[in-house]
Amino acid sequence: MSDLTELTLAEARDAVAAKKVSSRELTAAFLKAAEQARTLNAYITETPEIALAMADASDKRIAAGDIRPMEGLPVGIKDLYCTKGVKTTACSKILANYIPQYESTVSQNLWDNGAVMLGKLNCDEFAMGSSNETSAFGNCISPWRAKGSTAQLVPGGSSGGSSCAVAARLALGATATDTGGSIRCPAAVTGTTGIKPTYGRCSRYGIVAFASSLDQAGPISSTVRDCAIMLKAMASVDAKDTTSVDLPVPDYEASLENGVKGLRIGIPKEYRVAGTDPEIDALWDQGVAWLKAQGAEIVEISLPHTKYALPTYYIIAPAECSSNLARYDGVRYGHRCQDPKDLIDLYERSRAEGFGAEVRRRILIGTYVLSAGYYDAYYLRAQKVRALIARDFTEAYKKCDVILTPATPAPAFGIGEKVADPVTMYLYDVFTVTVNLAGLPSLVLPAGVNKTGLPLGLQLIGKAFDEETLFRAGRALEVAAQFKAKPEKWWSV
Amino acid sequence: MSVDKDTVRRIARLARLKLEEERVEPMMAELNGILEWVEQLKEVNVEGIEPMTSVVAHRLKMREDVVTEPNNADALMVNAPGAADHFFVVPKVVE
Repeated sequence: MSDLTELTLAEARDAVAAKKVSSRELTAAFLKAAEQARTLNAYITETPEIALAMADASDKRIAAGDIRPMEGLPVGIKDLYCTKGVKTTACSKILANYIPQYESTVSQNLWDNGAVMLGKLNCDEFAMGSSNETSAFGNCISPWRAKGSTAQLVPGGSSGGSSCAVAARLALGATATDTGGSIRCPAAVTGTTGIKPTYGRCSRYGIVAFASSLDQAGPISSTVRDCAIMLKAMASVDAKDTTSVDLPVPDYEASLENGVKGLRIGIPKEYRVAGTDPEIDALWDQGVAWLKAQGAEIVEISLPHTKYALPTYYIIAPAECSSNLARYDGVRYGHRCQDPKDLIDLYERSRAEGFGAEVRRRILIGTYVLSAGYYDAYYLRAQKVRALIARDFTEAYKKCDVILTPATPAPAFGIGEKVADPVTMYLYDVFTVTVNLAGLPSLVLPAGVNKTGLPLGLQLIGKAFDEETLFRAGRALEVAAQFKAKPEKWWSV
Repeated sequence: MSVDKDTVRRIARLARLKLEEERVEPMMAELNGILEWVEQLKEVNVEGIEPMTSVVAHRLKMREDVVTEPNNADALMVNAPGAADHFFVVPKVVE
């Protein structure tokens, strides 16, 4: 085979199972690609020895005919997932030297399904950001460039290393996490496919916590089928996370080609947001037409509280963040300041030195909205608005089976363009954040390019635990969109 | 509602985040920018609405009250920035 890194995960799986290529050859090809793409800063830790050892173990099983669903397939792991014995930093200085003594359930599930670890991927610090620019280990750079320009673009965030690695063919797939859009925004701006499953579908055990009522693990990969394969391998009920749900994980791949005939697709009028790139609005219309042409029924729906989702999120997420990040005390693990004069000084300086600007800002906002005298006005009110946002979806699903929306209000922006004003950056998640508040599953896939050749995505939102319909509808859109664009390999040394 | 400099100092203290005096005013401006933006939630009628505390309407699971983790103090101490004989070392707390 010519370039092994151009295979999709499903193609690689079939090639490995048919012994047309060994896991070692496949893994070595991706390790080499990753090494040659260090300019992009997608991997912050490469684990070639582990990768090759895992690949060899897979090849032995393949020889013995004992093949698991992801046998020998190399993937990247977002550096938010604890990997036993391999540095896990959440891309924060405060965890710069942290070596977990245990494995996250989701990554363990991947290894138990035969997958191979290539390394740990860059992300926003503690997953707080929409552009990967808050990482303590430098920006991750998108492999995409606008036609005729060499300006560096963001790969989206927070799972920017994951989207970059898949788009630049540095992994067959990657794990990611999504608290307000952190799987879907990076997928949308890099021409990759990502799914945030229903809250509770994947275990959160061993994933560095940001906002526990919103965080959910999911894959980024190159096709809908690849995501179906990965999610099946990642999801499970887990005694170590009581919010993981004890429901069977369906074989998502089996229902992929079932089509959308008779499926009711909801189009929420509140997602016509002023300021959205007209090319994205046009793509949304195109998506509607594609599904209609394949026999779906189009239904106009209303999600009246949509405009309040972002401000609600920016109370609830920082509140949970301030509570979760209280554990970084400079005592049990993580960064400790030099020569503390007393215990309080140790806490205060270790945390101030270890956390970056955006994380500090969110901790302070969270502390404020939870503090005596402000709790009711901010936090309690936000929890009530959250209930209304979730209710909007419950009402909408009386009329439709799945919802189609844009994924981001604009294509990828330039590095440094939005860092000055936090609120401008927050607005980038306008289409994705409602889903986390309601706990629903949502899939983003590439559906076209803009006039400068940059990828644009569409988003599908499903009913709770109905990822199967999402994959079906996603596959129908994928077939119609015929997205073939690829970034030029300007980065390869 | 907006925060003043004293409030910023107070919440930084509550959050155990050292905030240098020259950072207090810029942080106040940043926080007020965000708080001003979230003010729009005041328009929403939330009368009679129960606050949403859990996404999935499931009862929290109970488990057997048994030890599931091995006694592994060595592993637990590996990442401690100050440790001695399986104890975390901190500055003196009691005079």
